[in-house]
Amino acid sequence: MNKTTVIVGLGSCGLAAGAGKTYDEFHRIRQADKIDFEIKKTSCIGMCFREPLVEIIDETGKYLYGNVDVKRVDEIIEKHIKNFSPIPDYIIESEKYKSEDASFFDGQVKITLRNCGHIDPESIEEYESQGGYEAMRKISNTNMSPEKVIQSVLDSGIRGRGGGGFPAGMKWKFARNFTSDKKFVICNADEGDPGAFMDRSILEGDPHSVIEGMMICAYAIGASEGYIYCRAEYPLAIKRLNIALDQARKKGYLGENIFGIPNFNLEIQIKEGAGAFVCGEETALIASIEGERGMPRRRPPFPAESGLWKHPTNINNVETLANIPWIIYNGPEEFAKYGTEKSKGTKVFALTGKIKHGGLVEVPMGITIKDIIYKLGGGITGDKKFKAVQLGGPSGGCIPEYLSHTIVDYDSVNATGAIMGSGGMVVMDETTCVVDVAKFFLDFTQKESCGKCTFCRIGTKRMLEILTRITEGEGRQGDIEMLEEIAHTIKDSSLCGLGQTAPNPVLTTIKYFRDEYEAHIRDHKCPALSCKKLLTYEVIAENCTGCMACAKGCPVDAIEGEKKQVHNILQDVCIQCGVCFTKCKFKAIRLS
Amino acid sequence: MRIKRIIPQTAIDSIPMPDVPDLALMDPLIEKYKTRKGNLIPLLQGTQEIYGYIPHEAFLKLNRETGLKLNEMYGVATFYAQFRLSPAGKHIIKMCHGTACHVQGVTAITDELSDLLNVKDGETTEDRIFTLETVACLGCCSLAPVMMIGEETYGKLTPKEASKIVKEIRRNEKLMENAKS
Ligand SMILES: Cc1cc2nc3c(=O)[nH]c(=O)nc-3n(C[C@H](O)[C@H](O)[C@H](O)COP(=O)(O)O)c2cc1C
Ligand code: SF4
Ligand code: SF4
Ligand code: SF4
Ligand code: FES
Ligand code: FES
Repeated sequence: MNKTTVIVGLGSCGLAAGAGKTYDEFHRIRQADKIDFEIKKTSCIGMCFREPLVEIIDETGKYLYGNVDVKRVDEIIEKHIKNFSPIPDYIIESEKYKSEDASFFDGQVKITLRNCGHIDPESIEEYESQGGYEAMRKISNTNMSPEKVIQSVLDSGIRGRGGGGFPAGMKWKFARNFTSDKKFVICNADEGDPGAFMDRSILEGDPHSVIEGMMICAYAIGASEGYIYCRAEYPLAIKRLNIALDQARKKGYLGENIFGIPNFNLEIQIKEGAGAFVCGEETALIASIEGERGMPRRRPPFPAESGLWKHPTNINNVETLANIPWIIYNGPEEFAKYGTEKSKGTKVFALTGKIKHGGLVEVPMGITIKDIIYKLGGGITGDKKFKAVQLGGPSGGCIPEYLSHTIVDYDSVNATGAIMGSGGMVVMDETTCVVDVAKFFLDFTQKESCGKCTFCRIGTKRMLEILTRITEGEGRQGDIEMLEEIAHTIKDSSLCGLGQTAPNPVLTTIKYFRDEYEAHIRDHKCPALSCKKLLTYEVIAENCTGCMACAKGCPVDAIEGEKKQVHNILQDVCIQCGVCFTKCKFKAIRLS
Repeated sequence: MRIKRIIPQTAIDSIPMPDVPDLALMDPLIEKYKTRKGNLIPLLQGTQEIYGYIPHEAFLKLNRETGLKLNEMYGVATFYAQFRLSPAGKHIIKMCHGTACHVQGVTAITDELSDLLNVKDGETTEDRIFTLETVACLGCCSLAPVMMIGEETYGKLTPKEASKIVKEIRRNEKLMENAKS
């Protein structure tokens, strides 16, 4: 009889939800009660909204349990493991039971995330048991030439997943065609888009797939040195990458004459980013590895010709690279089966914001945004009204509800004014103010601008000032036009993608929500009831308990009332700071 | 723009700077990276790991022993968000102000902690226990709003919970301090 196995998901998200304690508790009880079962760890399967997740495999099948916090461990051991009676209430999915939340998996196709949440990311053996490093073996055993590898990548149609969407095979071809005594391959793991975490999840869940992807790339372009540029905010990813690199070195998968291919030598090292969004841009990233300020350089020459230390260099994103071994092993035509004419394969999206099932999903290109949000994502939290979705982070744009039938592929998304970006999908409902969101992104890009180009440096600041004014009720006629004018100038006169795309969130929100801008400017109203300065604050007498919390917090003493008596806000004193609203625990402050 | 002011912020001004640190601690680091290409950032990162910030004396030592120019080092140190030029508190509270956390109302939480600790973004409390910082995305966006203290990440926060966590840490610190003295 096979031993029962308990697998706990230990990704960053899971750990934040308490999975570490769950893992320890299984160990503790097993030890204390001397029960015979195995405990393993894995990373995450993207179901953040039900973390901590635990999978139990016994002779009757597989059971996925959700929300297994420490308190439930005892019960699960007692009922399921000791007495073979699974607990349907906690089960997300098994052969017999299927909870509503299991719809999260319907329609997903896992290529990039094939191993995430299924294998122990700290074990090279588990990666290999799932076909890991078989792509490299295939190259070696069938004497696949570098040209043939590049042709396969071209045939698969895969486009860069880091934001640009440039065909990966073409980039490799350029890098191959430049001769040099030294070439570099770089994995871009800077994941700067605030609101996206697919790269982190892949690095934490399946680091070897990225390393194998880099190997194949190095073989194809003729590189002998590799760098993984990873942001320092991802300590767990860095730890697991280090473990994976060590394991690969020990097995001889890194070093000289790898996989028996004569003269194919490769060493890979990790560079920790130091916190600058602009370093995700490839020339800035190169400058940063060289030890300088991460400021973009002029292209051409492109990195394929003159990159790191002036040698030909190929840079790909984590997600792009994780697909490569699958493509080589299964053949490009298998990959190209999925997707649309010009966007092949699958794409990972990070679903966040006002959505019921927040997490990571991998879907074939060509599915509609609506299906992602309603079928996989379960719809909007609190059944509020869906308003818009932000795609592509600070470089992207807002897609309104009425365009949610848009399919996800590079060209359809671009047509709306947003971009596919890295795949962050932030869902907004009727309580999210789009002007505030646009201001948020401008604040971000304004801070992150490297300062080299005048329009990016100063223009973003001026735009931010105008947006701040608008959200504080001091908007003027002509502000919208002024925003548009500055936006176009910044787009036209910036050196790198940061400046060229920074105005997108503003332009798309003006395009689709002009009336909301106008309500702020003309009527001094925020239709979403979100901009603090544009609201009126009133006490709801029925709810007020007279706890005085609001009055104590009010910076201008605008609230009067005795203890245990209904309080009252003096409208002519109130400065609309919103403190009373956050202080009141009894929902007794009304916004209007 | 991505340039930090070099002058320490006012909140820290009132706190005496610690004495010149033991610079010998840097020797192995310098030995390791001295001759490597692109060593500037790893050297600064290593120094910060030792002292928790990069003391001015450390810059001088790096300049003497590796030949890296002071202006280059300060240029890099002020460009990247990671580097600190003045000491931080024992616990660094990183409030995520990424998109998802913004949409889920992290601002109210930061304001609450800011009030509670009486510091603004980037400042250190007088007792040197906490530094409050805003960062862009900790990668746990589905658990927004999120904050990270040390290696621990806390998700699905409310202002109340966040201040509870912070108060708890402060209480433990005080207990430990009292136990020592
Ligand atoms: C401001 C800026 C930030 C970027 N940040 C990232 C990033 O965090 N991760 C990433 O993979 N690509 C990022 N990119 C895109 C890269 O420049 C580059 O196109 C990409 O890494 C190439 O890989 P791919 O072809 O596999 O997508 C960024 C670009 C710009 C202009
Ligand atoms: S566009 Fe902005 S971030 Fe890019 S190089 Fe110019 S100033 Fe720097
Ligand atoms: S919004 Fe601010 S100023 Fe107005 S009553 Fe509330 S706490 Fe006082
Ligand atoms: S905080 Fe709320 S319940 Fe308490 S006095 Fe103010 S309005 Fe009334
Ligand atoms: S649970 Fe793993 S990414 Fe959120
Ligand atoms: S936006 Fe806060 S964790 Fe990503």
